[in-house]
Amino acid sequence: MRKILLHPAAKPALFVLCLLPLSWLLYAAATDQLGANPAEALIRATGDWTLRALCVVLAVTPLRVMSASPQLARFRRMLGLFVFFYALLHLLSYSGFDMGFDLAAIAHDIAKRPFILVGFLAFFLLAILAVTSWNRVIRALGGRRWQALHRAVYGVAVLAILHFFWMRAGKHNFAEVAVYGAIIAALLGWRLRRRLAGATVRSDGQSKSIKPS
Amino acid sequence: MLIPSRDSGFNHPHSSEITPRSVYEDRRHMLKLMAGGVAGAALASWAGREALAQQAQAARPGKLAPMAGAKSAVAGAVSMEKLTDYKDASGYNNFYEFGTDKADPARNAHTLKTRPWTVEVEGLVKKPGKYGIEDLLKLSAQEERIYRMRCVEGWSMVIPWVGYSLAELIRRVEPQGSAKYVEFVTLADKATMPFVGSRVLDWPYVEGLRMDEAMHPLTLLAFGMYGEVLPNQNGAPVRLVVPWKYGFKSAKSIVKIRFVEKEPGTAWNKAAQQEYGFYSNVNPNVDHPRWSQATERRIGEDGLFAKKRKTLMFNGYEAQVGQLYAGMDLKKFY
Repeated sequence: MRKILLHPAAKPALFVLCLLPLSWLLYAAATDQLGANPAEALIRATGDWTLRALCVVLAVTPLRVMSASPQLARFRRMLGLFVFFYALLHLLSYSGFDMGFDLAAIAHDIAKRPFILVGFLAFFLLAILAVTSWNRVIRALGGRRWQALHRAVYGVAVLAILHFFWMRAGKHNFAEVAVYGAIIAALLGWRLRRRLAGATVRSDGQSKSIKPS
Repeated sequence: MLIPSRDSGFNHPHSSEITPRSVYEDRRHMLKLMAGGVAGAALASWAGREALAQQAQAARPGKLAPMAGAKSAVAGAVSMEKLTDYKDASGYNNFYEFGTDKADPARNAHTLKTRPWTVEVEGLVKKPGKYGIEDLLKLSAQEERIYRMRCVEGWSMVIPWVGYSLAELIRRVEPQGSAKYVEFVTLADKATMPFVGSRVLDWPYVEGLRMDEAMHPLTLLAFGMYGEVLPNQNGAPVRLVVPWKYGFKSAKSIVKIRFVEKEPGTAWNKAAQQEYGFYSNVNPNVDHPRWSQATERRIGEDGLFAKKRKTLMFNGYEAQVGQLYAGMDLKKFY
């Protein structure tokens, strides 16, 4: 396992894997396989994939600790950037297919509808995390401050679920929201429990108790 | 019968009056040529619409039993717009009894049993009774009505329905003076409808209209579409179509029509009062709390990058139904 994770082709392979949903959507759009309302299908699918990518990136640390495979940390940044990438596609789909790139209409929509505002806020936070994902920025900020900043991803997760919940609320259709909500809650709950237990995670991936004995 | 009445149904002409097929088809051919521009631009646009309308009457998807309807004489009942593909109209549906995804009903509705079927008329009427579907079908002459259908979610279609004005039935059952509203109760059968029992809505799905809305000639009791009987997912065997209201007002698979004095509680209104009002007239000026209703996407027609088209007041039926709401604050009675 360790060997696979450290293989030079592992990162490119994951990169290609992360592009598969987009490739499928482009192919389906070109061959008219997105159903009667392709615009709606694209907006929803890019939103779904953002949420899935978010679940995956939030699972990296728990998996790394539980399986004691620090090598997993290599993939975290790329996965995080894919969350941003799909969120950007989601925002562009909404802006283009739904609002016809009418900036005034979009601004009006953000101001008027809480679920759009929440989605936009989540995107804004993700954008900050994306532009501060460079090694140079990490060095400039210092590891501790950078880490504190990037904990904003927990906020993104909560906002994303709220956005999804609100979008489905008018139709009382919460089955899917509950599934994603449970996954995110488990992933964030795991972190909370560790924090309450007094453990921290060192940057090399080894956890160490700082509780005085 | 020299003077045809609205009850006389479709009168077949003498065979000598029927246009020979070759002449008829040649005419269509001519119209198509004209639409192509041979006869000049001004004529072409007229001919294009005509050619389209002819196609609309002719094209049958060939999936279900045929069901013909004569051209309707009701004002506003025959839109000249391009028909939505049958595939989209029968594959992209909101029918929560069969699932919440719009592809679900087409997948799941095959379990619905549409025979035998009775519609019970009850409440404040002089002649309550149970109508077998076969009797309902014969109650009045079937007409083809080409209506715009605007969903509250912001998309629209153009669908050729087959049915007759609900008013035909209402007149026969003779409502009492105290009947102010009509309530439509739809089938809620757990055995054949997999999502009845889910907590999304209160079952059965109930809809309602004010008496004058129900009596309006555009309010259609529909049994078919695209020249065939209704597919199950579109509300077979009998449904309502109220073209100037958001689609959810048009109850599907109706089992009871009840005449009442007070405004009935309707399914979506009970589920989310702020979002779905009793009237729910198509109105570009009154937004849904979570999205704008000013524009819509015509399914199958507006390309991915086309700007959405403007939604029309009362879905374009203002001339016909506007007077029903004269003096009402439509922001309050949304």
